[in-house]
Amino acid sequence: MVSVAARRPRVTGRRYRSVTLGALGLIGFGLVLEVAPRIGVVPIDFAPPTSQILVTLVEQLDQGSFWTALLRTLTTWASGLAIAVVAGAVIGVLLGSLPILRAATATTIEFLRPIPSVALIPLVIVLYGTTPRSTITLVVYAAFWQMLIQVMHGVADVDPVALDTARSFRLGPWAKVRYVVWPSALPYVMTGLRLAAAVALILTITGELVIGSPGLGKEIDTAQQSNEVRTVYALILVTGVLGVLINLVIRRGERALLSWHPANRAEKGAA
Amino acid sequence: MRILWRILLAIGLPVVLVAGWWFDSAGSEDFYQPALSTIVDAFGRTWTWEMFQEQVFPSLWRLLAGYFLAVLLGVALGALIGLSRSSRQVLEPVLEFLRAFPPPVLVPIAILLAGIGDRTKILVIVFGCVWPVLLNTIEGVRARDEVLSDTCRTYRITGLLRLRHLVLRAASPQIVTGARQALPLAIILMVISEMMAANEGLGFTVLQFQRGFQIPEMWSGVLLLGLIGIVLSLLFRLAERSLLGWYHGQRAGQREF
Repeated sequence: MVSVAARRPRVTGRRYRSVTLGALGLIGFGLVLEVAPRIGVVPIDFAPPTSQILVTLVEQLDQGSFWTALLRTLTTWASGLAIAVVAGAVIGVLLGSLPILRAATATTIEFLRPIPSVALIPLVIVLYGTTPRSTITLVVYAAFWQMLIQVMHGVADVDPVALDTARSFRLGPWAKVRYVVWPSALPYVMTGLRLAAAVALILTITGELVIGSPGLGKEIDTAQQSNEVRTVYALILVTGVLGVLINLVIRRGERALLSWHPANRAEKGAA
Repeated sequence: MRILWRILLAIGLPVVLVAGWWFDSAGSEDFYQPALSTIVDAFGRTWTWEMFQEQVFPSLWRLLAGYFLAVLLGVALGALIGLSRSSRQVLEPVLEFLRAFPPPVLVPIAILLAGIGDRTKILVIVFGCVWPVLLNTIEGVRARDEVLSDTCRTYRITGLLRLRHLVLRAASPQIVTGARQALPLAIILMVISEMMAANEGLGFTVLQFQRGFQIPEMWSGVLLLGLIGIVLSLLFRLAERSLLGWYHGQRAGQREF
């Protein structure tokens, strides 16, 4: 016990050090991007310094069109992700719990999954035009596989002893899914959700850039076409921040939902 | 009997699906959804050997060049950063931030900086694919087995020998995971960089078919892109099996006990 108490300050000290170093790294990165164009390492016309990008970003925040575009991007992302996650979870549980179905669909899945979602771009353009529906289709296709594979693995990975116990207690099929299968699969589900959310953002921006459905991607494309270089960079910075925030929120959720999980408990005990 | 049953399970559904598509679309009057027979016919007419030489091989060359450069760069930088704790602490937030960008936004930047040549597309692929490899390599190098590290130190194995047999060997499962995540990204970036900034290449050609309302040709292009994805993922799996055979064997052995 004594050793644990004595170790604690050192651990927080270490964390403090790593946060400071990380912040220094980020500031240094910003400085490099500020100085490099100014001393001519990269052409200043095409790679504006950090300070100018930030000023343009602040100007953007004042404009209604920016917020409309951001909202559109988020709507497309969220609706595509929601459809993919629900479909992936339902089909994943079905396939994961019925080995015969899993065997019958294995080759089909192996063939469909590596088909790059961007291959569908011309198809969705002729079918749905430059509407958000086109982009949502791409998002669903790309995010669905991430979710499906994780859920399938998770459901197939349920402890056989737990399943036997459920049978001894005569749990019905619904109760079995609710109390045995779902909790054991949850870590996989959360991993799937995290991967799917990242891929969904990539495809949302891709669809807006290439197809031209409304959103941040389209704004980036428009700014690039009209040679507003700083706006291009400011909007790209926004997509990066969006990526970081999405990742952070899901990791938070993961930790909250899985606080009972042994992997998390062990981590807490050690810290 | 059992082998027959397994073969039936493996090919049953794909056969049913393709046959369903074939007969369902047969004699289709819909301009945008032509019959599968028309698409297959267009496939043979469109993707001739000359077409492959002019449009497909340059795309594949850019894809592979960008992908392998990204893997090399990711492993080299990852090993460097992973071996030193303070550089890891300084760089990790920056790398996580850069990785969070959706890679397609690189295309407009790359067009600004490097025009629309081969260099732009390879640059985009490298910059988009390097993050999964880099971050996984750092993680793999960091988490190497302590006993093996100590053994190396005891035997005074240092320098390149240590790098090859301890550091990279220990990180190789993670490196392969990163490379696997990077492969679909490389295909996405190849296709959309050609859709946005090119006058040749697979992505450009397929989009041209769509703009010219050559619908069966466009469908055949979509099929070809799908086939390329499937073949590349099969090749990756073969490479993984030969590279990581020792690791999967070890894992299977551990599971038996």
